[in-house]
Amino acid sequence: MTATGIGAPVRRREDFRFITGQGRYTDDIERPGQTYAYFLRSPHAHAAIRSIDAAAARATPGVLAVLTGDDLAADGVGGLICGWMIHSKDGTPMKAGAHPALAQGKVRYVGDHVAVVVAETLAIAKDAAEKIVVDYQVLAPVVDMNAAVKKGAPVIHDVAPDNVVYDWHLGDKAAADAAFAKAKHVTKIDLVNNRLVPNPMETRAAIGEYDGGSESFTLYTTSQNPHVARLVLSAFIGIAPEHKLRVIAPDVGGGFGSKIFIYAEETVCVWAAKKVGRPVKWTSDRTEAFLSDAHGRDHITHAELALDDKGRMLGLRVKTKANLGAYLSTFSSCVPTYLYAPLLSGQYDIPAIYCEVEGVYTNTAPVDAYRGAGRPEATFVVERIVEVAAREIGQDPAAFRKKNFIRKFPHQTPVIMAYDTGDYAASLDKALELIDYKNIGRRKRESARKGKMRGIGFSAYIEACGIAPSAAVGSLGAGVGLWESAEVRVNPVGTVEVLTGSHSHGQGHETTFAQLVCDRLGIPIDQVSIVHGDTDKVQFGMGTYGSRSGAVGMSAIAKALDKVIAKGKKVAAYALEASEADIEFKDGRFGVAGTDKSLAFGEVALQAYIAHKFSGQDLEPGLKEGAFYDPTNFTFPSGVHVCEVEIDPDTGVTRVDRWVAVDDFGVIINPMIVEGQVHGGIAQGVGQALLEGAHYDASGQLVTASYMDYCMPRADDLPSFKVDHTTTPCPSNPLGIKGCGEAGAIAAPPAVINAITDALGHEDVTMPATPQVVWRAARKAAFRTAAE
Amino acid sequence: MYAFNYQRAKSVRQAAGLLAKNGEAKLLAGGQTLLPTMKQRLASPPVLVDLARIEGLAGIERKGRAIVIGAMTKHADVATSTLVREAIPALAALAEGIGDPAVRNRGTIGGSVANNDPSADYPAACLALGATIVTNKRKIPADEFFQGLFTTALDEGEIIVKIAFPAPSKAAYVKFPNPASRYAMVGVFVAKRGSEIRVAVTGASSDGVFRWTAAEEALRSRFNPKSLDGVAASADGMISDIHGSAEYRAHLVGVMAKRAVSAALGK
Repeated sequence: MTATGIGAPVRRREDFRFITGQGRYTDDIERPGQTYAYFLRSPHAHAAIRSIDAAAARATPGVLAVLTGDDLAADGVGGLICGWMIHSKDGTPMKAGAHPALAQGKVRYVGDHVAVVVAETLAIAKDAAEKIVVDYQVLAPVVDMNAAVKKGAPVIHDVAPDNVVYDWHLGDKAAADAAFAKAKHVTKIDLVNNRLVPNPMETRAAIGEYDGGSESFTLYTTSQNPHVARLVLSAFIGIAPEHKLRVIAPDVGGGFGSKIFIYAEETVCVWAAKKVGRPVKWTSDRTEAFLSDAHGRDHITHAELALDDKGRMLGLRVKTKANLGAYLSTFSSCVPTYLYAPLLSGQYDIPAIYCEVEGVYTNTAPVDAYRGAGRPEATFVVERIVEVAAREIGQDPAAFRKKNFIRKFPHQTPVIMAYDTGDYAASLDKALELIDYKNIGRRKRESARKGKMRGIGFSAYIEACGIAPSAAVGSLGAGVGLWESAEVRVNPVGTVEVLTGSHSHGQGHETTFAQLVCDRLGIPIDQVSIVHGDTDKVQFGMGTYGSRSGAVGMSAIAKALDKVIAKGKKVAAYALEASEADIEFKDGRFGVAGTDKSLAFGEVALQAYIAHKFSGQDLEPGLKEGAFYDPTNFTFPSGVHVCEVEIDPDTGVTRVDRWVAVDDFGVIINPMIVEGQVHGGIAQGVGQALLEGAHYDASGQLVTASYMDYCMPRADDLPSFKVDHTTTPCPSNPLGIKGCGEAGAIAAPPAVINAITDALGHEDVTMPATPQVVWRAARKAAFRTAAE
Repeated sequence: MYAFNYQRAKSVRQAAGLLAKNGEAKLLAGGQTLLPTMKQRLASPPVLVDLARIEGLAGIERKGRAIVIGAMTKHADVATSTLVREAIPALAALAEGIGDPAVRNRGTIGGSVANNDPSADYPAACLALGATIVTNKRKIPADEFFQGLFTTALDEGEIIVKIAFPAPSKAAYVKFPNPASRYAMVGVFVAKRGSEIRVAVTGASSDGVFRWTAAEEALRSRFNPKSLDGVAASADGMISDIHGSAEYRAHLVGVMAKRAVSAALGK
């Protein structure tokens, strides 16, 4: 390992500009003649729009345009799309209601887009928006999923008269039923996976710009995948053909999934820019972010686990309702289906699994992928029911897990996935040692002496990352392929620019991707730059989500680097007057085997460009290679997280006291960055378990629309984490990488809830387990103990 | 934010005059509540009268057995004042726990007390310590000053100049923060001066800060947390929201009161 190669804890090269205020985010960009967009949003959860009178708003000095859904329709601008087709059990396609960027006839959630005002300043736009008179016919809203699917519930989209988007299933029902028929013990649980608001530090923003001379558009936007944004805006929404639309996602301050999607606002900014003939900028304020960023999670689940007389798992049945909100966001349909049910086997050898999922429309903000996307929901189901089952049959939860772990690989689960490698027991053993499991009894007694209740909770998670083989996801309904691209441009002096279709919005790609280049080419890290986030520079790419940038994005770079080295060998052979077969590349030098003749990488690059030593007929000049990498399988990061909590029964306050994470991410490029990802993931998972919850009231108003009521995790909510690893390299990609970006958020919630319920004598608690929730449960537990 | 006129007063008298001229004008002290509200277009005063440059409105002094704090004194200055820390450490600690560093370095004691937010900390200190609110017109005992949610005894055009806090022999403030906002969901200030015991509760009641007389009575026989065993605050009139039901808040009043008594005893 070199100081900047694979495995080195290189400090993040991008951080200096971020922490010195030199980052360049979308809102930092000012375009000549820029105007400002302000969206008039629906105050109602459900209403028909009888008319919109914008005359006074249009007459306001400084207003350039007031545009509505009628204008979109008149210009033939298409609606927003959902790019993953899900079919119901009966084979019918999902019921995707129209999703115009500005409402056409109806609004379906508080925050829905009614009109846009474009003005010289934001203040003028806001003033004018107040003058728009919208004649609403308020309709009864439906916020609760169970209410939405009841007969006679208000209909949100005519195409789905029962508010059911799809009624989907996976697995073998007959096999699962047979497993339950022979079960000795059946554990049943009901769970709610709470709705979350993503809350990246940077809110969404967009600047649309039109150049009349070239008849082309530019969109600066906060996107995790600018190429997909361009594809959707051109091919589906129809704003401009791809070669006339440039999408730039500059520095992006966090996404957690919420910036994967193509939203109404950027669509409108690009379209409006041509209409007003000037750049149009929109920056979300925090309240708009709460109202209109796609939310995460929001499941109601009933699950049953069948065990034999020795406590071996026989079968799992899961029935889930997933709230998809008022419209289908870009990838919403796949999150509670193909990103969820295939993970229900967890780390366990379960012979039969059957899962049913109903996707439901409600008058709430759209729900889509959020850090982990489906896998946290699956892990919550598996790790909660496994914990409850162990307690019900009186087995130690760690030993019960271990007994049921998958031990032989590859392992085909009953729900699509073929796990390639792993060593689950190794992670568990290490975690038990690091948490000092053998002394948990003593620590519980010490807490009890102080009047506190201590509990320990496990979470043995698995996730599927590196999404994914394009043909595989295509067969499951994906509208796109999920490969990645890379281009390595070697300059004549040997410096290297790597163009990647991955996108960094906090992950540290400028560091880790450069480490791969250093490792392969043997050049100093300051001679490498990573270019991403601009469709005019990078030809095409699929972006960053699902912990895929390492496993897929870097594999593409590795492939392109191999081609560069192969080409370099040809150049070196001419320059060194040797046979190509005798050229070896090592430590940054091309040498002739068995001699001391060699050229540094930079010297070979220069030879490639001056092309003095070979004829253009024999070898093309230049040194630039591209590659597309399509994975052959998902990757399967796994691990065991254990946490200990101490509860104050007088107040219900839960203090997370200890945290151990033992993860198997395969090969790690930069352990410092990986540890940071684990920390951030755990923080978000603890946030979901203890603090965060989006709450709509019965009328469909978002009660938690600011930090006054929506509780984000803070540093003092968390203990110092003990983070460790086991390593089984991933066999399906050239670098052995599995991915690490979501693990913490996936692992953490059940670990916390298992710990709390352990402390409370198995009394159940819902997420977020706020002080009030825990206090009530502690009182119930105390009454129960007294009664016994 | 809507457009407004900004006036900078040079004296309390001038500020009062500007208020009198425009009934809808608002005083700007630290602006930590008013300005965010205006930014969200939830308030639109046509005139703001800024008190920041009025000489003598900020500052802390000791007068006999009392600590007198100027209305424009920032929370951070109360928190770090040697005078306050020596005479009423509980008050310094309370100031240190308000909001975040940005709020503490802009927000003022006069602004907080005049606003009488039901979740604010200072009203509990005023009430429990038996403070006197001194205005440009009169002296108002704390017991008469706080009159319910965002309502005070202040008349039109009346401006708080300073607040006098008699030093207690023992005192402590313990709050249970709202998990999200970290405003007090329940804050209990307990103070003992000679035989007088006062217990003030903020954050919990839908009527704003109040004295919990049952607890005061129980503590009068013996100033000890055990004296509060079996003394329960009523859930009637307590705030109920997604963070805590009235019943939970009432329960927390008891828990925080005990902890405050313990803290006052140095336990």
